[in-house]
Amino acid sequence: MEIGEQRDGEVVVLTPLGRLNNDTSPEFQSRLLSSVGSGAAVLVDLSGVDYVSSAGLRALMTASKQSKANGGRLAVAGLNPVVKEIFTISRFSYVVNVFESRAQALLSLR
Amino acid sequence: MLIRFWGTRGSLPAPLNYRAVRAKIRAALIAALEHRLDDPEAVDRFIDGELPFSVRGTFGGNSSCVELACGDQFVLCDMGSGAREFGNALLARYGPARKHRFNIFMSHLHWDHIMGFPFFTPAFIPGNVIRIHGCHDSMREAFIRQQSDPCFPVDFRNLAATIEFVELKPDRSYDIDGLRVRPILQNHASDSYGYRFEQAGKTVVYSTDCEHKYEVLDQNYPFVDFFRNADVLIFDAMYSLADQISVKEDWGHSSNMVAVELAQLAGVKHLVMFHHEPIYDDAMIERILGETRRYNEISGDERGLVISSAYDGLEIAV
Repeated sequence: MEIGEQRDGEVVVLTPLGRLNNDTSPEFQSRLLSSVGSGAAVLVDLSGVDYVSSAGLRALMTASKQSKANGGRLAVAGLNPVVKEIFTISRFSYVVNVFESRAQALLSLR
Repeated sequence: MLIRFWGTRGSLPAPLNYRAVRAKIRAALIAALEHRLDDPEAVDRFIDGELPFSVRGTFGGNSSCVELACGDQFVLCDMGSGAREFGNALLARYGPARKHRFNIFMSHLHWDHIMGFPFFTPAFIPGNVIRIHGCHDSMREAFIRQQSDPCFPVDFRNLAATIEFVELKPDRSYDIDGLRVRPILQNHASDSYGYRFEQAGKTVVYSTDCEHKYEVLDQNYPFVDFFRNADVLIFDAMYSLADQISVKEDWGHSSNMVAVELAQLAGVKHLVMFHHEPIYDDAMIERILGETRRYNEISGDERGLVISSAYDGLEIAV
C-alpha cells in the first residue's frame, strides 16, 4: 500500500491510498505505530482511501491506544462518503478523533 | 430442519417496560393517521405492511435459547430464560402425558445461559429424558448450584425427569440421535464452545459468546472453516466494532462487522445476528440490522448473503 508521509509543523501527516483491508492493514499499522511511537501528534488523512475493513479499523485503534500511552495525539480526517458510513456503522467516531478536513484536524492537533 | 428462537438477548433478560410499549402505540397511531383503516383486514395490512418491525413487534427480552427442530426429536442450544417459553409451548402442544427426549447443547455456563433451566417444565415430568451436552467438565455442578438453597426452592436432585450430562471434546465430530455435531473452543471468560450441526445436507452453526480477536481475518482463521458454507450462522454480534476493540475489549463478544466479514469469507448463506446487547431498544437493533446489511454491500458481497437479527419467536426453515 502506498502511504505518503509529510510534516506540517510538529504534526506527522500520513496519507494512505487505496483500500485498508486484510491485505494492507499490517503495513498500515506498522507505519502508524512507528509514527505514534515517539508521542508525536499524528494525522491520518483518509481522503485517498475508498474502503476500510475491520482490520483497518483495528490498526487505527491499536495506534490510538499506543498514542495515548505515549502522551501523543491521533486524529483522522478527509473521510469520503463510504468511509464515513463505515465509521458510523462501526461507531468509530466515538473512540477516535474525526475531522471533516485536514485543515480542521491540523488546527486541533497543533 | 426448522430453527426456532426462544431467547435472543445477551447477558440478562431485558423485558419491555411501560414507556417502551406506549412509545410503540403512539408511533403506530401517528402512522395510522394517513391511512383509512375501515375494517380489521385493513388494520392487519397496515400493521404488517406499513409499520417497521420495531414498532409492530419486538426483538424480545429472553436470554439465549434456540431450538433446532429435527424430525421428532428436540434439540436445544443453551438454557437461557427463553427455555421457559419453549417448555411451556411444548406442554401446551402435547400435554404432560407424552414423554420426550431432549438433546441440549451448552455454549457455556454463565448465568444467562443456564437461568431458564429451573423453570423448564419438562424437567419436572417423570419419563422425560434430558441429555445436557457440553465441553465444560463443571456442567453438573453449575446446574446443581443454581438450584441450591437459598437460590431456588426446588433442589436439582428432586427434578423428576431423567437428566444426564454428556461431556464432549472440541474439534471432534459426534453423531447424536442422527445429528452430526462438532464443537469448537471459543474466546470467552472461562471458555465457551460453538457447535456446527449437520443433518440431511443442511448445516446450522450456533456460535455465541465468542470474541474474535485477530490481526488478519483470512482463510487461515480457524472459524472460517468452522462456518464454511453454513446454511445458517447464528453469531454473537452484541457490540459495535468500536466497543468490541476499545472499552469492551476482552468482554468476550463480537460485532456486526466481524460477523459480515467472517460470513463472507466462509460462504455462509444466512447470517443471523444474536445475543443482542440488553441496553439496546428495538429501534436500535433494527438500525443495526440496516447498517449491517449496508456494510455487507459496501464490503463487496457477491454471493447474496442474507442477514437477519434474531428475535424471540423467529422461525427459519433450513
